[in-house]
Amino acid sequence: MQELILGAVAYDPKVVTIWDGFKDYFLEQGLPFDYVLFTNYERQVAALFDGLIHVAWNSPLAWLETERMAGLRGRHAEAIVMRDSDRDLTSVILTLASGPVKAVEDLRGKRVAVGASDSPQATLIPLQVLARQGLVPGRDFEVLGFDRFAGKHGDHIGGERDAVRALLTGAADAACVIDSNVLAFGQEGTLPAGKAVSLLATPPYDHCNFSVLDGEPTAWIEAFRTLLLNMSYADPKVRPLFELEGLKQWLVGRTEGYRLLAEAVDRDGYLDKRIEGISR
Amino acid sequence: MRHADLHDLPFEEGGSLLVKRALRQAQDGEPVRVTGTAADLEILLRAWCRAEGHAFESRDPATMVLTKGPAAAQRWSGAERAGEAASPGGVSERPPRRWGLAARGALVEAGTPEFGFALVDKEEVWSEATGRLYAQAAANQWDPASAIPWDAAVNLPDEIEDAVVQVMTYLIENETAALLVPSRFLAQLHPHFREVMQVLAVQAADEARHIEVFTRRALLNRPRPGLSTAGGQASLKTLIDEPDFAIASFLLSVLGEGTFLSLLWFLARFAPDPVTEAVCRMAAQDEARHVAFGMAHLREHAAQDAGLLGRLEMAVRRRHRELQHTAGLNAEVFDALLLIAAGSWEHEGLRLGHDRVTRLVAEMHEGRTMRLSRLGFEAAKAAELAGLHTRNFM
Repeated sequence: MQELILGAVAYDPKVVTIWDGFKDYFLEQGLPFDYVLFTNYERQVAALFDGLIHVAWNSPLAWLETERMAGLRGRHAEAIVMRDSDRDLTSVILTLASGPVKAVEDLRGKRVAVGASDSPQATLIPLQVLARQGLVPGRDFEVLGFDRFAGKHGDHIGGERDAVRALLTGAADAACVIDSNVLAFGQEGTLPAGKAVSLLATPPYDHCNFSVLDGEPTAWIEAFRTLLLNMSYADPKVRPLFELEGLKQWLVGRTEGYRLLAEAVDRDGYLDKRIEGISR
Repeated sequence: MRHADLHDLPFEEGGSLLVKRALRQAQDGEPVRVTGTAADLEILLRAWCRAEGHAFESRDPATMVLTKGPAAAQRWSGAERAGEAASPGGVSERPPRRWGLAARGALVEAGTPEFGFALVDKEEVWSEATGRLYAQAAANQWDPASAIPWDAAVNLPDEIEDAVVQVMTYLIENETAALLVPSRFLAQLHPHFREVMQVLAVQAADEARHIEVFTRRALLNRPRPGLSTAGGQASLKTLIDEPDFAIASFLLSVLGEGTFLSLLWFLARFAPDPVTEAVCRMAAQDEARHVAFGMAHLREHAAQDAGLLGRLEMAVRRRHRELQHTAGLNAEVFDALLLIAAGSWEHEGLRLGHDRVTRLVAEMHEGRTMRLSRLGFEAAKAAELAGLHTRNFM
């Protein structure tokens, strides 16, 4: 083993720029480092268990897959570091301001547009929150999925954009998006100001983290964690990397923010089925 | 606690400015209360704070408390001023390439990429006269459509018309060189020297206009321009190929355009028609400024760099050697000038034309000698170097 190897999912071409930049930075700081890109999170999780990578830059769903698989295999997974922007996200269910849906109950019999089928923010969590309120997807309302780039866990913005467009064209009565995309879609013009309002906001939840398994090269992982936590937005070499990756500061990982997603993916054995897929 | 009250103004429709203003006025770590009744304010504000690194706490859907994060201050912590706005005091001797395209005096964020500007020494490019010359140039821009009497009758005898067309053809290729040379250095100049950049840009624009009016005059009564000679282009190529700003500026502006000044005034004076008169007169006015800038920055450069005059002298000699076996000014242009100055095919007229062209060449030589003296060459050297100038004039 020559260096610490990190896995990341290539949900966008910029991922290469990001990790080439981080690689240069880590090497400059004396950490032997390389990275491998995956087309989907499931292959990345499998690679972590196969020892092909030491750290996985995981989506929240990939973290739950990792944690669950570790439990099944008698291992221990840890979320070591996350972005400040990975904490306390919310998703919203948007409806047309001028439309008939004014309350969650009004969604009965209606069409709810969601993002990718494996997107925590645009599908799994909002549908779970509706389920908590007694509206079971597929039974009480129709789910219109915009399944862009399966396996990327909704990292690509396209599915949510399609969901919002469906709302605006009348193909859907509601659309599920992450709060930051409400801002983004407003700025890019997809969502004209005042056109849509949120019917419901989910409780806050957390997003990505760097996941590791016990038994991996401890000293390097410790060095990696320390380097991350010491990176400062004030450093002009770091700032462009932070801006690409969307953070102002790395924070110590925490896992309590994944409870809502865990509840969602355990609702109908969804997570277990995915893990079977990975293990095969 | 600081307070931003958005009333019913949506965050995404201008409300964000009120929030940002309140945060700007706050210290890092200081809480700011935000109130507002617009739909989804809480959702949008939470998302925005997360992206910007401010802590967010919701008291109720209409009252939120933000705590200012350090990112904004961190971002500008290593920033530096790109000199000072005022000229000349604020102009740096050697502005760092990392200042890039920033306005002089702007606050430049650390980490701005370095640009590959080759001309970064004030001594090499700057003149205290630059600002004034730019202002003058900007004020004296003229519109080819209205400054030239294009509708005037131009019915010259065929051979005089041909002579004008040949001279215009020659002027066009010379002015093309005069456009390309400053443009090439313009792209290499550190924009911190804003006034120099502006002067060079206007110079290029002037030449673009000259090319336009000379072309239009050439094609006024003829379907195509005249002859372009290898010797003429060889002379101009030495200007285009010159990599050193001071030398190129010296050869082009001081010697070449200086010589052209005499030529253009000569043509304006003896022009056989009002269009030719106007295009040459208007071009001459612009060329005078180009010469003035070349003179101004080279004089200041020479005052600070004792070796400069020696390098300029060597450049004249080198160019002379390169061009001595070329034809120089083509015979067609010389004959055309003579014919234009003569105004007719009468023997006396031709003799007069020849006298006038001879006086023009002498006048060009005197002009160059005078400019070389003003740059600091002693009289004999100035006269000698003036005599080595290309026979192509430019």
